Amino acid sequence: MNHLRRLEGHDRGSSTPRRGLASVALVLGTFLLVPSLLNGQQNPVFTPDNDPRVGLGAGWMDAEEASWNMRLLAHLPRPDGFYNPETPGDSRFSNTDLAFQGDLVFVGNYHGFNIYDVSDPRNPRLRTSVVCPGGQGDLSVYGNLLFMSAQEVRGRIDCGTQGVDEAVSPDRFRGVRIFDISDLDDPRQVAAVQTCRGSHTHTIVEDLNDPSTLYVYNSGTSASRSGEELSGCVDVQDPDDPTTAYWSIDVIRVPLDAPERAERISSPRVFADGSTGRIAGLWQGGDHGEGTQTTRGTDRCHDITAYPELGIAGGACSGNGILFDISNPAVPVRLDEVVDPNFAYWHSATFNNDGTTVIFTDEWGGGSQPRCLASDLPEWGANALFQIVGGRMYLAGYYKLPAPQTATENCVAHNGSLVPVPGRDIKVQAWYQGGVSVFDFTDPSNPFEIAFFDRGPLSDDDLFTGGYWSTYWYNGYIYGSEISRGLDVLELTANEFLTENELEAARLVRFEEFNPQHQPRMFWPPEFVIARAFFDQLVRHDGLPAARAGEVAAELDRIDAMGEGDVKRGALLDFASELWGDASRIERGELAGDAERVRRVAGALIDVAAAMR
Amino acid sequence: MTQKGSATRNWLVVPALLGALALGGCAGGQTTAVSTLPAPASVVQPGPPGEGGRALPEGERGTVRLLHTEADVRFMQHMIVHHLQAIEMSRLVPGRTERPEIHRIAERIDRSQDDEIRLMSRWLLDRGAELPDTAGPAHALAVAHGTHDAHAAHGGHHDHGAAPMPGMLTGEQMRELEAARGDAFDRLFLRFMVLHHEGAIEMVEELFASPGAAQDTDIFRFASHVDADQRMEIARMLNLLRTIPPGGG
Repeated sequence: MNHLRRLEGHDRGSSTPRRGLASVALVLGTFLLVPSLLNGQQNPVFTPDNDPRVGLGAGWMDAEEASWNMRLLAHLPRPDGFYNPETPGDSRFSNTDLAFQGDLVFVGNYHGFNIYDVSDPRNPRLRTSVVCPGGQGDLSVYGNLLFMSAQEVRGRIDCGTQGVDEAVSPDRFRGVRIFDISDLDDPRQVAAVQTCRGSHTHTIVEDLNDPSTLYVYNSGTSASRSGEELSGCVDVQDPDDPTTAYWSIDVIRVPLDAPERAERISSPRVFADGSTGRIAGLWQGGDHGEGTQTTRGTDRCHDITAYPELGIAGGACSGNGILFDISNPAVPVRLDEVVDPNFAYWHSATFNNDGTTVIFTDEWGGGSQPRCLASDLPEWGANALFQIVGGRMYLAGYYKLPAPQTATENCVAHNGSLVPVPGRDIKVQAWYQGGVSVFDFTDPSNPFEIAFFDRGPLSDDDLFTGGYWSTYWYNGYIYGSEISRGLDVLELTANEFLTENELEAARLVRFEEFNPQHQPRMFWPPEFVIARAFFDQLVRHDGLPAARAGEVAAELDRIDAMGEGDVKRGALLDFASELWGDASRIERGELAGDAERVRRVAGALIDVAAAMR
Repeated sequence: MTQKGSATRNWLVVPALLGALALGGCAGGQTTAVSTLPAPASVVQPGPPGEGGRALPEGERGTVRLLHTEADVRFMQHMIVHHLQAIEMSRLVPGRTERPEIHRIAERIDRSQDDEIRLMSRWLLDRGAELPDTAGPAHALAVAHGTHDAHAAHGGHHDHGAAPMPGMLTGEQMRELEAARGDAFDRLFLRFMVLHHEGAIEMVEELFASPGAAQDTDIFRFASHVDADQRMEIARMLNLLRTIPPGGG
């Protein structure tokens, strides 16, 4: 995937033709796509008429539930002190984003964060509650450091709960907090990096060339404070003022051996026009013509997902989706940007593992509005999927939660992560009170749902902001941060769209640490079940005639049952070359099937054999 | 494959210990009421960077100040009235202009500000505060709800020493807008709406400048949205204004 990084060189300084190309693709994509979307059904089994998510009974802790191809294993309500028993709608205690390390899950909250021990995922245990209010409390973990976003004007440097009364105060904290968590029972604040617009979200970025330094991209989305409170902040929203605190992101550098010296090193003008240098160079805000969505202007990123191993980042930046080159993480460089007439607010980004597809979410209505009504357009408040070719993005399709929700359920596309099934692109995603939806986007122009879990509304009468903030796959399980209901642990179950072999292969991908906005490359160890997973996919796609597929299945069983050793190794290689022959025959037209899928099975067998040396 | 049914996992039913959930509302001055939420098993409160934290004792765990003040309540009450006038202005558009961009802007303002009025009303009711009187034209309400100190510079003094909220149109200006047609209407609509939005932004600035205000998560978020949304719409309307031919028509 290094080609994306290599392309950066001759992309610079040619923004006009680049934008032209992207918008042509966008227009074409829209026209091509609309019919397929309207005819297509994004859940292969259910329609709104028979979808079990429709009509679920309401309740805070006793709502009805519906699930399909997944199940809830454990549920822990928010701990004492982190909720208001009078109402699910007290946003001072909303659960927010998640970070993972070893057996620990860190759950952000507007009131602080909670650390859970999930060494037994069926029985998660609260380890530590940390009070440190300020919202929204998004977290990242890196070694013994925990990073936390603080945005609101009530945030205090000393983590106090009393707020800040003065309009200008040295006690106020808005920015990125850094905690030392080496003692899990006593996390200590080691640094607090103040920023003009606070921190709504942040993204840690590893420097692959410098393991002693970590970068943090900060996205502040609210109004800037004055220079009186924080030197250098120019709270003037004027794109012609080169000192304005708007139209930038913040880059924070963290020396890992001295995190207390973490500091903001720059606020690059990543939205600037390539030719005129005007800092407000991207989407200006407004609609795109009759019948289109009104899109917020690009004066900030809402969230950035870094993929350091590929040297790229996806910026969901209010009015634009942006592809950055971050091969030098201190200096993110814009490679490409897209607009979408269906998007209200570019909210977050997720790459597929190969970095050939990026999913952007649209948080139409800000997350507090019911935007999954039967009457809402399926391209609004949805995911837009773009193919990345040569450092440019091309619209391929949309995915939206296929089950209509009620007017008391806030619902729109929100945070998710990849499910590491080899050979496929699958994402698990939170939709607030729309629940969790797992979908296949291997073909980004034809995404479809393969599993879901949903609860009824918090209330039949009131629209509370609730539901899933985030749902992420981590080491075999799906963890859900429910805004007002707590922490959920779920698992996928085998089904016609996802076999047990594919699930077992997914469980082989293990991370010591996982921050969803710092996307790691997934690798699968050379295990026999990988070949079986590829074979299941081959069968699902009629990759071999039934008779031949039956023979292959039997041979796979036979080899799998053999004891480890040279005989098995020989059998693996023999059978791999036999399959390679099948693939060649398919290509010559002598056999019906899918040569590439046959080769994948063969390749996985060779990997297993190679690992046996 | 499908499961549907009531949740049966046992979740700890926590007794509501919120007897002291005092409501700030219009009580005057800064609200410093404190609610005590049920205590977690183990809670730590870190200190500032470089300093140690502390384990919160039982009595302090989950102690949270009810973070809203009189200024917050007034802001929400005033913004409802302010929004109502924007909706009134938007509803003048049909029949007075053919320009589709004006129709789209008006529809958006109508829809989004209507949603926001619901949100603000909810916020006020949740805190036991009064909703503003919304019967009658907004410009009259603005005077009735006007503060006695804050906005004298913008509208001059009225009968009770009250001044309208910033950016609010007078009754005369509303009638002027009502009477206009075509390009003249478009120009007037955009100019008035830009002023009106700038007034809303000023109200947000005043909120953030008020001691102890905007500490509540909901109002912070809402005020931030109003600020960002209306700034975007202003930029958009000014751009559109430049495309409308000048003249008396």
